[in-house]
Amino acid sequence: MNGGDRLYEDRTPGVEEHEPTASYLSYTAGLGLAIVATIGSFVVAQTNLLWAPGVPVGLVVLAFAQMGIHLVFFLHLGSGPDSTNNILALAFGVLIVFLVITGSVWIIANLNSNMMPMSMQ
Amino acid sequence: MLGRLSWDAIPFNEPLPLLSGAVVGIVILAVLVTVTIKGWWPYLWREWLTSVDHKRIGVMYVTLGLVMLLRGFSDAIMMRTQQAIAVGGAQGYLPPEHYNQVFSAHGTIMIFFVAMPLVIGLMNFAVPLQLGVRDVAFPVLNSISLWLAATGALLINLSLVIGNFARTGWWAYPPLSELAFSPDVGVDYYLWSLQISGIGTLLTGINFVTTILKLRAPGMTYMRMPVFCWTALASNLLIIAAFPVLTAAFVMLLLDRYLGMHFFTNEAGGNQMMYANLFWAWGHPEVYILILPAFGIYSEVVATFSGKALFSYRSMVWATLGICILSFMVWLHHFFTMGAGADVNAVFGIMSSIIAVPTGVKVFNWLFTMFRGRVVFKTPMLFSVGFIITFVIGGLTGVLLAVPPVDFVLHNSAFLVAHFHNVIIGGVVFGVLAGINYWFPKAFGFTLDERLGKASFWSWLIGFYLAFVPLYALGLMGMTRRLQHIPDPSWQPLLLVAEAGAIVIFCGILCQVAQLYVSIRTRERRLDPTGDPWDGRTLEWSTSSPPPAYNFAVLPTVETIDAFWQTKRTGRAAVEPAYEAIEMPHNSPAGFITAFFAVIMGFSLIWQIWWLAVLGFLAAATVVLIAGWSIEREHEITAAEVAQMERAR
Amino acid sequence: MTVATIERAPAAVPSDLVRGRGGGGPASKRVVAAYGFWIFILSDMVMFSALFAAYAVLQGNTAGGPAGAELFDLRNVFIETMCLLLSSYTCGLGALSAERRYPARFLVFAALTFVLGTAFLAIEGMEFARMVEMGAGPSRSGFLSAFFTLVGMHGLHVTTGLIALVYLVAQVIAKGLGAAVLRRLLCWSLFWHALDIVWVGVFTLVYLMGAA
Repeated sequence: MNGGDRLYEDRTPGVEEHEPTASYLSYTAGLGLAIVATIGSFVVAQTNLLWAPGVPVGLVVLAFAQMGIHLVFFLHLGSGPDSTNNILALAFGVLIVFLVITGSVWIIANLNSNMMPMSMQ
Repeated sequence: MLGRLSWDAIPFNEPLPLLSGAVVGIVILAVLVTVTIKGWWPYLWREWLTSVDHKRIGVMYVTLGLVMLLRGFSDAIMMRTQQAIAVGGAQGYLPPEHYNQVFSAHGTIMIFFVAMPLVIGLMNFAVPLQLGVRDVAFPVLNSISLWLAATGALLINLSLVIGNFARTGWWAYPPLSELAFSPDVGVDYYLWSLQISGIGTLLTGINFVTTILKLRAPGMTYMRMPVFCWTALASNLLIIAAFPVLTAAFVMLLLDRYLGMHFFTNEAGGNQMMYANLFWAWGHPEVYILILPAFGIYSEVVATFSGKALFSYRSMVWATLGICILSFMVWLHHFFTMGAGADVNAVFGIMSSIIAVPTGVKVFNWLFTMFRGRVVFKTPMLFSVGFIITFVIGGLTGVLLAVPPVDFVLHNSAFLVAHFHNVIIGGVVFGVLAGINYWFPKAFGFTLDERLGKASFWSWLIGFYLAFVPLYALGLMGMTRRLQHIPDPSWQPLLLVAEAGAIVIFCGILCQVAQLYVSIRTRERRLDPTGDPWDGRTLEWSTSSPPPAYNFAVLPTVETIDAFWQTKRTGRAAVEPAYEAIEMPHNSPAGFITAFFAVIMGFSLIWQIWWLAVLGFLAAATVVLIAGWSIEREHEITAAEVAQMERAR
Repeated sequence: MTVATIERAPAAVPSDLVRGRGGGGPASKRVVAAYGFWIFILSDMVMFSALFAAYAVLQGNTAGGPAGAELFDLRNVFIETMCLLLSSYTCGLGALSAERRYPARFLVFAALTFVLGTAFLAIEGMEFARMVEMGAGPSRSGFLSAFFTLVGMHGLHVTTGLIALVYLVAQVIAKGLGAAVLRRLLCWSLFWHALDIVWVGVFTLVYLMGAA
């Protein structure tokens, strides 16, 4: 496949096609952002920085942010036309993960609430 | 030294399993002896056991499925017979502890080792040919998948003669399936056999999604793919989405049984409903994994045998994708009655009704395809028409059951049994039989005998209705499923009709066996010299029957839907293309040998022979590492050799 | 894994319009291998999601035994997290070195990745041992079964990844950085980054929310 075909050549997930400095930059930037997000999570969980009921929300937001950082900076998942298949696959995976987790939690919570009160757990 | 295994494991005091085991053992021995005497081992090893060719793998999958159909069906006729005679005072011939194994084995075998291999086998055979490419994305993984499925089938069959099978039904709900209530090896056979073959199935899903999305002939855009490939894509996406959930559920149950954990136990904080929840989160997509390729087969067959393009290709594609996504949003309807509140039940009930809509779109598309077409009622088309009528009835009873208040009356009754057999037999089995009759000439170079094909169709159709319509009535009359003894004598007449239906289905199976035998013996009369016996529309019919190993000497350039039809109609001149060298993958023993060690590992884990299990695992891992080391995996067929093979067509 | 594709361009090249809609013909081996492995990783994520769901459902089922807040040592979790994150970084740098055909640099980064991954496992192993010793092993309660299985399954994946890394480094030494070996390294690094993504979920949901 020559350069002229590159426009429609699919992007492989995880491969960086640009120049050397840009790549080292991408990984280092990703590391930096991920470290910030990680420290942020630990701080949010262990201090009073966030209003207490907001802590789980904050943690979830930071977790998703960090997953996004990994996907973009380490796995080079872009938004160009060559990445469409990869993004669609990811979207499908995310949908299934969402359905399994939220579906299960909702269903089991509903079932548990209909159980007779137990004398001991 | 040998874990829990001892001579007690062999059922010397139980005539039925002992006898059937002996018969099967003798048959297998006879086959092995014949093969050895005739010196067929080198051929079998070279051409089949180590083959990574999708066409060969497809044929082997279908063979596995058809052989296991005999086992699954014998379980069925045993149950029907027991229910027909064990009424009122009579006790029948199958005591409960055996009857429970029979219905558990029947369900497990039919779903995992009949329906799945048949459907996967047909996808294996046809998809790369329809896409205009040489093979799937990962041929060696394909071989591993096949042989791991065979491993699972072997393990389940071993449970007949060494130990026993699960008595829990084919879902193995805890707490019944936990150690406290199923202390013997039955549930372990179930779990390990399915866990091992499940790895193979997941690899198949990865293989086919990659193939369909990344390997198509030049010019074949997504909207020019045959509909069977779209349904194969949807089905394999569901495999990837659903099978990991089953894997996780089985891991948790195995950990409970083997390491004393408390995921689903009665005590120490287990939650049994979580198993049911996860099982059906897999289980509902599973039935769509089975039916979607069947829908694809019907699309191909109906279009071909009506001599018309499929009506509304686009809506077919969107309906397929819609079913794919929706099938992951309905799973609670399998346990409406198990404690969920009205809000949860309502949401899943409504989703279950909605999922009938895209299927309805498909049915109308098939009918409109037939309308004003020149319909030829060969066997595949008969199965398709039979499917349309039968499946619609089954689907309607499904929508009935999707209404939670109705389900509260009918859950786990004979009505439910009738419903799912209605859609599985009317949908999946008929589809597979249509597909086998349709693609058999492509695989082997001669068509199957038409008369016996029609006879098998009518037997299956009539047999199905006789066997299962009574069950609808019985369910409404209050009969539950899985009864070893019939408490109400007024049910017996209908059960006798159902028994008659089972016998008629048996005739259908006999007709199929006869069809194979007769077709092979008289094959000279029904040779397929052109490669296109049905005046087909898609690319597989442009190859010879059977196709060469490389499928296409030059990958076709595709410009429309129904690419082959287009080529035929525009009457391309027979100009010999410029042949180039073709790279084809080597055969590989990795699949077969890995599966061999997987059998040892599985059997040892079941019987808790730990040292042998570790050895088996290490050996299998070593095979994978050795197979993964090599780089030189392809050989070249030179342009001259290609030219020679093409000219000999 | 082998891929039956053609390496040369087809005789008739479809127009740009068709190629944009998926009509460009079979993809290259590299794209096929990476995409297939991507799909495998997504399926692995689904399996983890079922284990996460089981954890979410069972986290309150302590059966009179210890809960997360009493058991988790967040300093160790932080160190583990940093080890794994840094190993993802060194993995990325190693991938770059390999792509650019610098075998010596690649081996250095591979060794660093291995060391950091092993450190992660060592800390996790010590945590598990400590919990088992104080009677909070996986057979104590539903909560602990779910905890050990979810976190342990991740650890098992990390272990498998490290074994695979050794295997692939052996291939690099034996065969050099050819196209096939590079494809396998690419798949390995996809796997390693995905494991770090799963870990983000684990330390957030299990440790941080559990200890809060």
